[in-house]
Amino acid sequence: MGGTSSKLSKDLLSEYQELTFLTKQEILMAHKIFSELQDKENGPYGARVSMEKVLTLPELKSNPFRKRICQVFSTSDLKDGSLSFEDFLDLLSAFSDSATLEIKSHYAFRIFDFDDDGTLDARDLEKLVNSLTGETDDTRLTGEEMKQLIGNILEESDIDKDGTVNLSEFQHVISRSPDFVSSFKIVL
Amino acid sequence: MSCPVIQSEQKFVGERSTEFSGLDTIRAPLADIPSVGGVLQQDDEDRAGVSSRASVRTEPIMAQRVSFDFDQVPEFESPVDEDGVHDSFSQLIQEQSHDLHDVIEMTPLDLEEESRDDVECEESAVYQRSDSDGPQQTDHLIGERWSSDTLKVLSSMPSRTIGRSRGAIISQYCNRTMQLRRRRQSRPSIQHFPRSARPSIRGYGMETDSAGFEEEENKRERLVNNLQNLSAGDRVRVLRAMPLSLSEKKELRMLVLNKAEHSVSQSQIPCCSQLKYYIIIALRHGWYGWLSFLSSLQLWQTALKCVGGRFGTGVLSYFVFLRTLLFFNVFLFLVTGVLLVVPQAIAHPDHDQNVTVRSTWGLEVLTGAGYFSHSLLYYGYYSNRMLQTGHSCSAPRNGTSCSSGLSYNMPLVYFFTIGAAFFITCIILVYSMSKSFGQSFRIDKSKGLLTIKVFSSWDFKVIKKSSVKLQRANISTQLKELVAEVNHQELKFPVLQRLFRLFIHTLAWIMCLGSTIACVLAVYYFSEHMHGDLLKRAGSRSSDPLLEEARLLAVPVFVSSFNLLLPGFFNAVAWMEEYDSPSVLNYVSISRNLLLKVSVLGVLCYHWLGRVASDPQSLGLECWESFVGQELYRFLLMDFIFMLLGTFFGEFLWRVFSQKALKRKRKPVFDIARNVLELIYGQTLAWLGVLFSPLLPAVQIIKLIFLFYMKKVSLKMNCQASGKPWRACQMTTIFITLLCFPAFLGAAVCVTYTMWTIKPSSRCGPFQGLKTMFQAGKRWFQELAAVNPDLHWLPTAHAYLVENPLFLFMSAGIFLIVIYFHSQVVDGQRKIIELLQEQIENEGEDKKFLITRLQDIHEGKRGATPRRVKGPSEDSSYS
Repeated sequence: MGGTSSKLSKDLLSEYQELTFLTKQEILMAHKIFSELQDKENGPYGARVSMEKVLTLPELKSNPFRKRICQVFSTSDLKDGSLSFEDFLDLLSAFSDSATLEIKSHYAFRIFDFDDDGTLDARDLEKLVNSLTGETDDTRLTGEEMKQLIGNILEESDIDKDGTVNLSEFQHVISRSPDFVSSFKIVL
Repeated sequence: MSCPVIQSEQKFVGERSTEFSGLDTIRAPLADIPSVGGVLQQDDEDRAGVSSRASVRTEPIMAQRVSFDFDQVPEFESPVDEDGVHDSFSQLIQEQSHDLHDVIEMTPLDLEEESRDDVECEESAVYQRSDSDGPQQTDHLIGERWSSDTLKVLSSMPSRTIGRSRGAIISQYCNRTMQLRRRRQSRPSIQHFPRSARPSIRGYGMETDSAGFEEEENKRERLVNNLQNLSAGDRVRVLRAMPLSLSEKKELRMLVLNKAEHSVSQSQIPCCSQLKYYIIIALRHGWYGWLSFLSSLQLWQTALKCVGGRFGTGVLSYFVFLRTLLFFNVFLFLVTGVLLVVPQAIAHPDHDQNVTVRSTWGLEVLTGAGYFSHSLLYYGYYSNRMLQTGHSCSAPRNGTSCSSGLSYNMPLVYFFTIGAAFFITCIILVYSMSKSFGQSFRIDKSKGLLTIKVFSSWDFKVIKKSSVKLQRANISTQLKELVAEVNHQELKFPVLQRLFRLFIHTLAWIMCLGSTIACVLAVYYFSEHMHGDLLKRAGSRSSDPLLEEARLLAVPVFVSSFNLLLPGFFNAVAWMEEYDSPSVLNYVSISRNLLLKVSVLGVLCYHWLGRVASDPQSLGLECWESFVGQELYRFLLMDFIFMLLGTFFGEFLWRVFSQKALKRKRKPVFDIARNVLELIYGQTLAWLGVLFSPLLPAVQIIKLIFLFYMKKVSLKMNCQASGKPWRACQMTTIFITLLCFPAFLGAAVCVTYTMWTIKPSSRCGPFQGLKTMFQAGKRWFQELAAVNPDLHWLPTAHAYLVENPLFLFMSAGIFLIVIYFHSQVVDGQRKIIELLQEQIENEGEDKKFLITRLQDIHEGKRGATPRRVKGPSEDSSYS
């Protein structure tokens, strides 16, 4: 992909501007950061940056969903979570200030859908809650609490009562939570 | 949803009576759907009575034909397909229609049996419904007992694929662009109608399926077509909002553009439209450039990111609020600067600078008196003449007669500048307030707290490790508390304890109200005393000028120290109260602080407008407006200095004290509510002062910029992220509301009162010689009418529209009516939402039921049971 050349061409830049929610400055900034990530990699000048490299970014380093974020935005055929520059732009675009609630909630849904089956079922929810609270013993929810919590979540959000939360149901919940847009942001 | 299916099917059956028996085979599963069964059954009885020829063999065919392999290419177009209905069933219908020919005769007995079946199924469905109420029971569809085929079908249901498959997204956007197009064109093009309102199973049922792939390509083609027909702006918007990967979007865009070029070259555009094309491209580039320029203007971006990354959205909201206030002030400053200060500075002041400028600098900066009192800073400096370039006309009345050069009617400009600035600020405030209300309070019942907490409580901005840890701990405790709350619902305190708590709360409120009243009284009497002092000294002007100026600072220092100390006292009281929920604590703290600030400001306004303005002569004041402007300047500055002190003592020293002396590990928490209220207080002062001191916004700008950096440094050094949950969006709404309602409205009322009723000083300022400032406008209208006879209606219109209260009442009444209508509309929408929700629940039931049923039939087919697949007795086991 053309984005990995040392300098972005003008056309490409305006194309990226048209297709993402990012401004020119942000794209250039992203390009700079991405090139730095690539340079660090010893070996051939690869178009993709491996997930481990991407996760060294301070913005993602301590995020509990960092691996999921990479996996969701990666277009790699190997499903290894490695990002090309355009994937990286996609990621930043979804987490940017001006992205719509719809696109944010769509990607949030996919990040939370740990097994990639298109719905949030009880196992996904359990993983989600564990990522939120952390795995240490004092913050972790007990089995009983977890069961109760997941039951309540499904009861509240599963409108068609099929036992899972699908995308529309998820977006319905998110639309009632005004803080989501402001908290689902990563700024470079 | 199911109803259209049934109806069209009925029509179909009526038209071709030879085929209807085949179609009827699908009626069995459909009839059992809880929401349809009743209708169908009724229908069945009718028909059984009318024609005994209606012989349908249901179950065996069902068993043979309902299979989950989708590789059969449908040959028969079902009527359901064409209308905009959900066609998930069309697959079934089609498969059934293959069997038109091998229909077996059915005896009336079988029919009876079928209807009995229905009844039982309905019962079982009811049982199911009541069963699934418990949260544990909702896992119906993801049980382990499904066969792999069923699971395959389940995972390819539209509602599930839409979150993950590319095809589903494309098809969804295909429909959406279509809607957009229709809306824009206002006349639908029929040949492009989507075949279904929602993507059908058939389209991308199995991703490996070649037919599915073709269908996807088809959809894509159609999407490209739709996109091409949209306007450029819409296209960009749709493409940008599509949750596809960038490379796919690029591809789509290429396709669209290629196609567009193709069609353009075909029609051979004349050169002028080519020119237009280039202009459009250039404009777009210009627009992008402008946008990125604007975003590069985003003030303090990195600083805000840093704060957000360490302290979360709550503290960030304080700084964003501060920035908003800064923009308001920049706007005010620009307006007054361009329209008032610059013209006045250019036109040479005709003031004889005989005022003895006592150079006691140091203090003058604090008091704003002395050298500053005859400067552009205050009202008194501005002249009441026509400012003219070239000629100088002495009297304002003759202004219009010396016509050469540009004339600038200062009083009029002064009046309208202040009025317009307030009006625009009001509109911006109300707009942002309503927008923020719309965001934070949706018209839905606010249940589902747990879900919202889980889905949207993670703050992705937080990047510092310790803050992440803290955030985790917070979320964990909150979730635990919420779960416990759900379990117990209400913690019942014993009566005695409740009484005790009630007593404590009452006591706390009495203490707070008492201290507020005491403070207000103190301010009242102290200002009266200082006023009297000023009166006395006005007669005998002697004494040390330095001391005299220092006296001026007494009231501001007094008030500001109250403002600094009382909130601390309120916090202590609130700590004693031990509120359960932090949000209640926030609201209580906000309302107490607000009460204090509003009442103090009220007293001060009375002091300025009632005492000073009513009798300026006895104070020896030539220009009471300038005096009030000075007072406001002093208050603003003192407020700033006390904020500095508060930051130093309250945050820095407290941190040192608690870490060194109390050996606590935790740093203090940034008190967002109190700090925001201090900002609002300062802003109210600035708004009050604009009339008396047009450059006051500039002072406020400097103050805010200082404050930003100071608070940022102090925050980093002294504070840690809060342990309390902070519903940032709702709080921002509340802050904007507070800024609008008591702060801005209060200031606006005071300024309007001053303009309307108080007599301006007769020997200084732009309005000298007028009874009220308001008359400047009136006089101008009269002059206009006098000069230009065509405009004779202007004064009358002015008198009726502005001076007559009836007009005001009427507009207020219309406004209220509009609000009432809107609230009614919202109410209606709420009802519709409830109905729709109910319907979705029914649909869910249907889906569950159908799948259970189909799975069962499928199993039966596998088991190769001849003829009867299931007895009625088995039906109840579905649930």
